[in-house]
Amino acid sequence: MGKVFVIVEQKNGALRKATYEVLGAGRQFADQLGAEYAAVIAGQNIGGLVDEVASYGVDKIFVADDEKLANYTTGAYSDVIGKILLKEQPDYVLLSHTAVGKDLAPRLAQKVEAGLASDCTAAVVEGDKLVFTRPIYAGKAFATVEKNGDIMMATFRPNALGSFEPAGSKGPEVVQVPVEIDPEALRVIIREIIEKATGRAELTEAEIIISGGRGMKGPENFAMLEEIADLLGAAVGASRAAVDSGWREHSDQVGQTGKTVSPILYIAVGISGAIQHLAGMGSSKVIVAINKDPEANIFKVADFGIVGDLFQVVPVLKEELKKVVS
Amino acid sequence: MNIVVLIKQTFDTEAKIQLTGDGKVNDQGVNLIMNPYDEFAVEEAIRIKEAKGGEVTIVSLGGDKAQEAVRQALAMGADKAVLVNDPALEGADHYVVAKVLAKVLEGMEYDLILTGWVAIDDQSSQVPGRLAEVLGLPQANVVTKLEVEDGKVVCHREGDGSVEVLEVPLPAVVTAQKGLNEPRYPSLKGIMQAKKKELKKVSLGDLGLPAEEAKAKVVGYQLPEARQAGKVVEGEPAETVSQLIEFLTKEAKVI
Ligand SMILES: Cc1cc2nc3c(=O)[nH]c(=O)nc-3n(C[C@H](O)[C@H](O)[C@H](O)COP(=O)(O)OP(=O)(O)OC[C@H]3O[C@@H](n4cnc5c(N)ncnc54)[C@H](O)[C@@H]3O)c2cc1C
Ligand SMILES: Nc1ncnc2c1ncn2[C@@H]1O[C@H](COP(=O)(O)O)[C@@H](O)[C@H]1O
Repeated sequence: MGKVFVIVEQKNGALRKATYEVLGAGRQFADQLGAEYAAVIAGQNIGGLVDEVASYGVDKIFVADDEKLANYTTGAYSDVIGKILLKEQPDYVLLSHTAVGKDLAPRLAQKVEAGLASDCTAAVVEGDKLVFTRPIYAGKAFATVEKNGDIMMATFRPNALGSFEPAGSKGPEVVQVPVEIDPEALRVIIREIIEKATGRAELTEAEIIISGGRGMKGPENFAMLEEIADLLGAAVGASRAAVDSGWREHSDQVGQTGKTVSPILYIAVGISGAIQHLAGMGSSKVIVAINKDPEANIFKVADFGIVGDLFQVVPVLKEELKKVVS
Repeated sequence: MNIVVLIKQTFDTEAKIQLTGDGKVNDQGVNLIMNPYDEFAVEEAIRIKEAKGGEVTIVSLGGDKAQEAVRQALAMGADKAVLVNDPALEGADHYVVAKVLAKVLEGMEYDLILTGWVAIDDQSSQVPGRLAEVLGLPQANVVTKLEVEDGKVVCHREGDGSVEVLEVPLPAVVTAQKGLNEPRYPSLKGIMQAKKKELKKVSLGDLGLPAEEAKAKVVGYQLPEARQAGKVVEGEPAETVSQLIEFLTKEAKVI
């Protein structure tokens, strides 16, 4: 037996995209381990999400619904979820490596004295154990990590596990968890949440990313990439050179000191492919590069490259893509 | 305001990774640097000190060579440093590291703990959150803007597609993200002065800590398969783009 738990992430009453992956993969891990499979969901007015979580074949759902959980805060969430984990003592606890996941997981792990493999790109069941693979040194190596205590936690890089269809509801037991938060855990106050209203997919979750580098020449030229992004439902990224030039925001930077992304398609436009940039996007499934320098390093990793002036190539690409997606 | 900054020495971002005969990551001949995110933390601490007074203490856990990263932080303007150095910490996981660092901090007076949000070597982003939990402190993670107010800091924390403006009472743990500031280069004078600043080395014994068992264990390392270069085409945009579209829709089937 044993127990596998998934901590489900929701925002404004909808499940996060990355959560579906972990929910789907967790069901398979639990089956292979012969373990009970449970989900934990916290928030406010989240009753409506229970059926959707149930559709992934969980055996049990713990629901913590309270106004103090309306927005994510480290203190409140780790207090409430920590209490559930301490009581239930699962063998494995799985989360997504999102902004929330990477903030919550370490704090929870220390609270419940668990090991934590963060930013995993894979996991497999070997015997009675779940074994995790995670990139280190910016993807230049991988470490295999195992449980060495009572509880083992893991966060998974979005898009790494693949997509999973709901396994179908088993009519799980729904446990309403009483929410009593230690006042000490409520000391951080959210003054404001500034949503970036780009209307585009979030960089770390996007299935397609189109990024621009120094070759873009100026901030105004990113409009071309944004138009393509909107055609493809993609996110727009940038190299550090573009960010440091002030053309794009820091949060758009892809690379070793920026976001690590793992989309299905990554299109690099006017980016040379420095090792620190590759570090952030090298695990993309398909890489396309547009660069006027045939010697550019990016062509060494690209599945398809166009040598040419981006100011000529990109407008044509936009028109052609319009025909494909319409 | 007294500030503690946690720094870790890491491989240079250019470092080539190779494995040793027994399958570990080879550190021979690798250029070592201060974890880039820790530079933002050090810089922020020094700026706060310059504005408000107080002392900046560097705390690092690492091998002998980590002294270089610590000296760099002192040369930037930090006042003193503690280096936890003990062979028994080989194989320690973040659970253990956080407990050891917490023990070092227990004996100190501080208003704020600044760290990097992630160390670029093992990319875990675990130590600060775990440490905050052990010390029972509030935290603000992945921060791109920090303002000190009376008894608290106001932090801009990067979310997925949003920025949260958080009011965090002190003492607290705040982790630095790129964008927080531009780290300074140590001046020649700073480098000279750093040599005279206090750098205390402590072992687990000095801290009165037993060697604790890790909760997670690395059982192996692998190198990724090198990515093969694909097709590269050159010519008129109309032609090259149509080949690209063909590739995307028929071969790779990604759109
Ligand atoms: C500690 C550290 C951390 C770093 N972290 C990151 C990181 O996280 N992310 C990151 O990206 N970088 C990072 N870097 C920087 C990295 O080393 C490179 O400097 C950076 O990636 C270069 O960006 P770029 O490719 O846009 O610019 P360049 O290297 O200047 O390349 C521009 C490219 O555009 C092409 N080009 C120019 N004009 C045209 C045109 N008209 N049409 C087509 N192509 C054109 C050129 O041929 C060239 O290949 C880091 C560096 C260090 C030291
Ligand atoms: N060995 C260490 N010594 C001092 N600080 C550390 C150490 N490991 C991690 N840290 C701090 O914690 C941050 C995040 O590291 P990590 O959790 O390892 O990704 C780093 O940027 C440092 O500020």
